[in-house]
Amino acid sequence: MYNPTKSDAAFLRRRAQEFRTQVARRIDGSLTEEEFKPLRLMNGLYLQLHAYMLRVAIPYGTLNADQLRQLAMIAERWDKGYGHMTTRQNIQFNWPRLSDVPDMLDALAEVGMHAVQTSGNTIRNVTADPYAGAAADEVADPRPLAELVRQWSTDHPAFQFLPRKFKFAVTGSPADRAILKAHDVGLQLVRRGGDLGVRVLVGGGLGRTPLLAEELRSFVALDDLLPYLEAVLETYNLSGRRDNKYKARLKITLREEGMEALSTRIEARFAELRGLYPGAAREYARIAQDFARPALNAAPTLAHFTALNDPAYAAWAKTNLVPHSDPDHAIARISLKGPGATPGDITAAQMRRVADLAEAHSGAEIRVGQDQNLILPHVPLGDLPALHAGLAELGLATANAGLASDITACPGMDYCTLATARSIPVAQALADRLRPIERELGALSIKISGCINACGHHHLGHIGILGLDRAGVETYQITLGGDASAQTALGERSGPGFAYDQIVPAIERILRAYLTLRQDASEPFIDTLRRLGPAPFKTALYTETRHAA
Amino acid sequence: MSRIFTPKVVTANALLEGDVVYLTEDGTWTRRLDEAELIEDEAIAQLRLIEASAQPHRIVGAYLAEARAGRTGPAPGHFREGFRARGPSNRPHGKQAEILDV
Ligand code: HEM
Ligand code: SF4
Repeated sequence: MYNPTKSDAAFLRRRAQEFRTQVARRIDGSLTEEEFKPLRLMNGLYLQLHAYMLRVAIPYGTLNADQLRQLAMIAERWDKGYGHMTTRQNIQFNWPRLSDVPDMLDALAEVGMHAVQTSGNTIRNVTADPYAGAAADEVADPRPLAELVRQWSTDHPAFQFLPRKFKFAVTGSPADRAILKAHDVGLQLVRRGGDLGVRVLVGGGLGRTPLLAEELRSFVALDDLLPYLEAVLETYNLSGRRDNKYKARLKITLREEGMEALSTRIEARFAELRGLYPGAAREYARIAQDFARPALNAAPTLAHFTALNDPAYAAWAKTNLVPHSDPDHAIARISLKGPGATPGDITAAQMRRVADLAEAHSGAEIRVGQDQNLILPHVPLGDLPALHAGLAELGLATANAGLASDITACPGMDYCTLATARSIPVAQALADRLRPIERELGALSIKISGCINACGHHHLGHIGILGLDRAGVETYQITLGGDASAQTALGERSGPGFAYDQIVPAIERILRAYLTLRQDASEPFIDTLRRLGPAPFKTALYTETRHAA
Repeated sequence: MSRIFTPKVVTANALLEGDVVYLTEDGTWTRRLDEAELIEDEAIAQLRLIEASAQPHRIVGAYLAEARAGRTGPAPGHFREGFRARGPSNRPHGKQAEILDV
């Protein structure tokens, strides 16, 4: 885990203090809302439908037990006793009072956390593979790189007023689990000869114009990376469109200028900037030491194999465990999608107990996934039954990771001012309907957004659902064939949308069709869809509607 | 072509708490939609909005929201306004926690 330096800590205290005076000046009338809004957004503070919302960064999705306990304290003291995990490795508090936010930022700073640049037209929280440092297929742990990028981008004076928000994701593995292609910049650690370097993708994003990132450079040496990224950002800062916010992202600049022209300009600027940040390699090495893997013990694994006789444990082990690079350990996924749950919500009591469990069984580390679930990255096999029992007491042992009821959903119209329809109750109703058949259905990813901004990643769901407002009525559009894995793909619209009370049966029709269309139980939904194309699914989806009408 | 004016209420979020507030007939703010002033005249609506926007020390983001005459006062004219008036549908938080008869 990264150990913040004295200057990191001083920066966070200074930022929190600065925001305290800004809040005070807003309350006493010296700042207008127009002046205050960009300042609060720089510090992650939104105004939603019912209250303010504070978005706190969980850089590269890594938390230690003390940080999770502090989040629990914050949720209880200044919010309503829970937090919401997002698809970009942030946690959101939905109910703070304006005057309490400076105290919340102080409390975050105590554990090295913050809300800096979690909003606004800046470089946002740097996300990463949630299995970083534990995955079996990793070239190198991506977190030192992510931390380096975070330090470079945080409070970077030239990049506080970009044309639009700017998102980075980092992975150290070819099996992309950080959705690089859905980001403005995706960084993949690769080896060339013996040297570690970075493959750079640019121009991805979701929202109203979803586009997948393309390769800008197959290899940038680590020493060159920050000047190279500086050149990317400077080029974007100058040429990104400020006249139209829907065309302001790098993904549009790339398509308007073409990769060749963009790359030529970036390379020219890079040639001038090369050598900037001469201390970066040393800093990277220092950071990398902090991320040394916790000592893995070689305790007996027997308890795990004995426990597999218990059907509930076996079911959980089957869906919620991922192979660790050490065969005597596992990566354990904690589902925040149990029956009745709001996807991604976790109570303060659960946070505290998960922190205890992480301390007892996972080197005190917790991860937050892009799927709004938590992960304990380093659990000895022999500890798994105790972990499972501990999670079951919290209602967090749901054995559904990667199955139909493990639905990603943004807050939608229940909280969000930009929403055009609700997503949470659709996720809940759909999960209830599909839970009885989800084992039969196998691997399936359903993702829901409450408006075209796509915070719920609907374009990336095998089945995506987009909530719209059609003449004052909640209406849901379906996309088919999206994929958030390394074979990243954007789903395609199935056709006309469905009313709130019709969307659940509509999805069920698609899945019933899958059960009859698949070659056998070993062919997952996405493979059947790829093999046959969307036509037979659309037939199932729309034929019965006509019958019913 | 002028569109027919449909009834509105002036609404905003409270500066300190961030929750939803509505302008009443006597120019004060209420947290209950049914206590708001239902405005049926476009010119008056614009005037009331200007009055409301002149109170940046109390509220943020004043606008005219669709409403209709309900049994006990104004009722939401769009489902978004319904959620603002009640609170989220996944948890018993927000106004529905404080006001029983919404
Ligand atoms: C106050 C609440 C929120 C607001 C105002 C908001 C706003 C937006 C907007 C305007 C976009 C479109 C950006 C573009 O196309 O340029 C967007 C995209 C996105 N947001 Fe949110 N969002 C909110 C909450 C969330 C939540 C809760 C999540 C996670 C669950 C999230 C994650 C994302 C992601 C992953 C994208 C798509 C990636 C991209 O930027 O291309 N946001 N958001
Ligand atoms: S997708 Fe739309 S409704 Fe959902 S959180 Fe993002 S902005 Fe809000």
